[in-house]
Amino acid sequence: MGQYILKRLLLVIPTLFGVAVLVFVLLRIAPGDIVELKYAGSGTFAPKEAIERERVQLGLDKPVWQQFLNWSWGIVRMDFGISMWTGRPIAEEIRIRLELSLQLAIMATLVAILIALPCGTLAALKQDTWVDYLVRIFSIGGLAVPSFWLGIVIILMFLIFFKWLPPLTFTSFWTDPLANMSQMIWPALAVGYRYSAMATRMTRSAVLEVLGEDYVRTARAKGLRENAVVLKHALRNALLPIVTIIGLEFAFLIGGLVVTEQVFNLNGIGMLLVESITHRDYTMTQALVLLVSFAFIGMNFFLDLLYVWLDPRIQY
Amino acid sequence: MSGSTRASNTNEASQRHGRMTSFRPQRQWQGVLRFVQKRPLGAVGAAIVIGMAIAALLAEVIAPFDPLQNDYGAMFHAPGATHLLGTDSFGRDVLSRLLYGSRTALWVGFSSSFFASTVGAVLGVAGAYFGGKVDLLLQRLLDILISFPLIVLALVVVALLGSGIWNVIVAIAIPMIPRAALVLRSSSLALRQMLFVEAALTLGAGHARVILSHMLPNVVAPYLIILTAFLGQAILLEASLSFLGLGVAEPTAAWGLMLRGAAVDFAERAPWMAFFPGLAISLAVFAFNVFGDSLRDALDPKLRVP
Repeated sequence: MGQYILKRLLLVIPTLFGVAVLVFVLLRIAPGDIVELKYAGSGTFAPKEAIERERVQLGLDKPVWQQFLNWSWGIVRMDFGISMWTGRPIAEEIRIRLELSLQLAIMATLVAILIALPCGTLAALKQDTWVDYLVRIFSIGGLAVPSFWLGIVIILMFLIFFKWLPPLTFTSFWTDPLANMSQMIWPALAVGYRYSAMATRMTRSAVLEVLGEDYVRTARAKGLRENAVVLKHALRNALLPIVTIIGLEFAFLIGGLVVTEQVFNLNGIGMLLVESITHRDYTMTQALVLLVSFAFIGMNFFLDLLYVWLDPRIQY
Repeated sequence: MSGSTRASNTNEASQRHGRMTSFRPQRQWQGVLRFVQKRPLGAVGAAIVIGMAIAALLAEVIAPFDPLQNDYGAMFHAPGATHLLGTDSFGRDVLSRLLYGSRTALWVGFSSSFFASTVGAVLGVAGAYFGGKVDLLLQRLLDILISFPLIVLALVVVALLGSGIWNVIVAIAIPMIPRAALVLRSSSLALRQMLFVEAALTLGAGHARVILSHMLPNVVAPYLIILTAFLGQAILLEASLSFLGLGVAEPTAAWGLMLRGAAVDFAERAPWMAFFPGLAISLAVFAFNVFGDSLRDALDPKLRVP
């Protein structure tokens, strides 16, 4: 077990390194340059010397491989450097937004679980009845409706019926939980519905598969209450694929809520990513892309460990 | 009516594939009937897709107004007799823009899905065929690409390439390629060991020949499944990118674009501006998804689509 964990951890390094190289190279191939964009935005005429000076200051005059070495040495020391656009430390900028994005991801995942587990199990138990069809249409709908449009519709409803608009500034959960919740629950619902779709379908098929097993028949034959059969025997054994899909979706939520954040005026990781890419903020984009893929790789690792706990038969 | 025509297309597809597996060739109309009976939801999806395709093809004929024509005398008209779905902040007819928008959606959706699944198929089959170091390297690269949410990778690519319809197509296709490659690789791993591949190699066929004319034709079923599964996602991605202002540029009619800016700013005054384009997106993605699901159930129910 210990050896397995070590091996897996060592495998994370080359993947992250690959991501780092990829994003580093891609950004530098891209047309447009942060310094020129900065001056273009300010509207003033920029003398060549000033542009050169700025470039030297940002370290962009050095050869690319040297830039990469400097940057990755920083990463190894957990120093992400400063944002080329705002000049503020990247770790700080990300930390502020990560709180929001993490909270939204957790809340949306909770919504998804609360929808998916009961609906999926019910659909499996009542296979090919109207309940099953209803659940399936509901979940296919979740995949089809863009969560940003659902967000717009939710806001529209509030605007028309209650004259309420989502506040422009984010209130932290720790300063005012109630205000925070009233702000975050709507995007969480919009996103959670969409992400429940996959989980519902997975729950339905996993439970269906398990229900056909011998041990479920045995449990029923020995006279267990249906509740116990479903919860302890069926759902418990169907949990692995469900947990996998929920976990991976959670990892994707951290950086992937680009559009929803835009709709609800939430200044999260996704929004920061869009901004940093359009500004050609090299250091910020690099850090964010690394963070997003780290969330995914880390989740994969975590899930592998979780399997052992969920299913004692699994050994590494 | 339209539903049955579409279903006949799928039937053709499954027949072509049918020679390779155990499907028995059937009269076409019988197949259509069976598809509608066995998979009513898929038939509904197919009908909507057909409707969309007709709307896109005949947009000039059907659309009551020019989708790009500003009419400042008719701004924010509510849905009514002249403007069935109302007008937007430039006085443009929403229905006409929706009809022309289906062109953008279908074009981007089809070309990016086709591009992604084709490149993915070639990569996946080649990986399975060569095995060893080539396969390992390819796998690692795909692993890296797959560790990003679709939208994030699409964003990075579109930011690098700039907007414009072709760049959007590439940006949508690239994050899908690794997903297609993984599925098709696993579908073709067993093929590598088949006797007909050995035979072709023994007869002196080159790598390209074995891959193109012996292995690829045998992964047509998963290829078609992947392609249709991508269609809905591609349309959704196009809408998201356009919504962010990074996709198709104004004044082209695109659904995601119609949801952007004014639609949100004037949501209270003209809610139809934001409502109908989103409905169109949902309907289209829904149709493609249920159609894709039914196709998968018919061709290869066990295939897991990413």
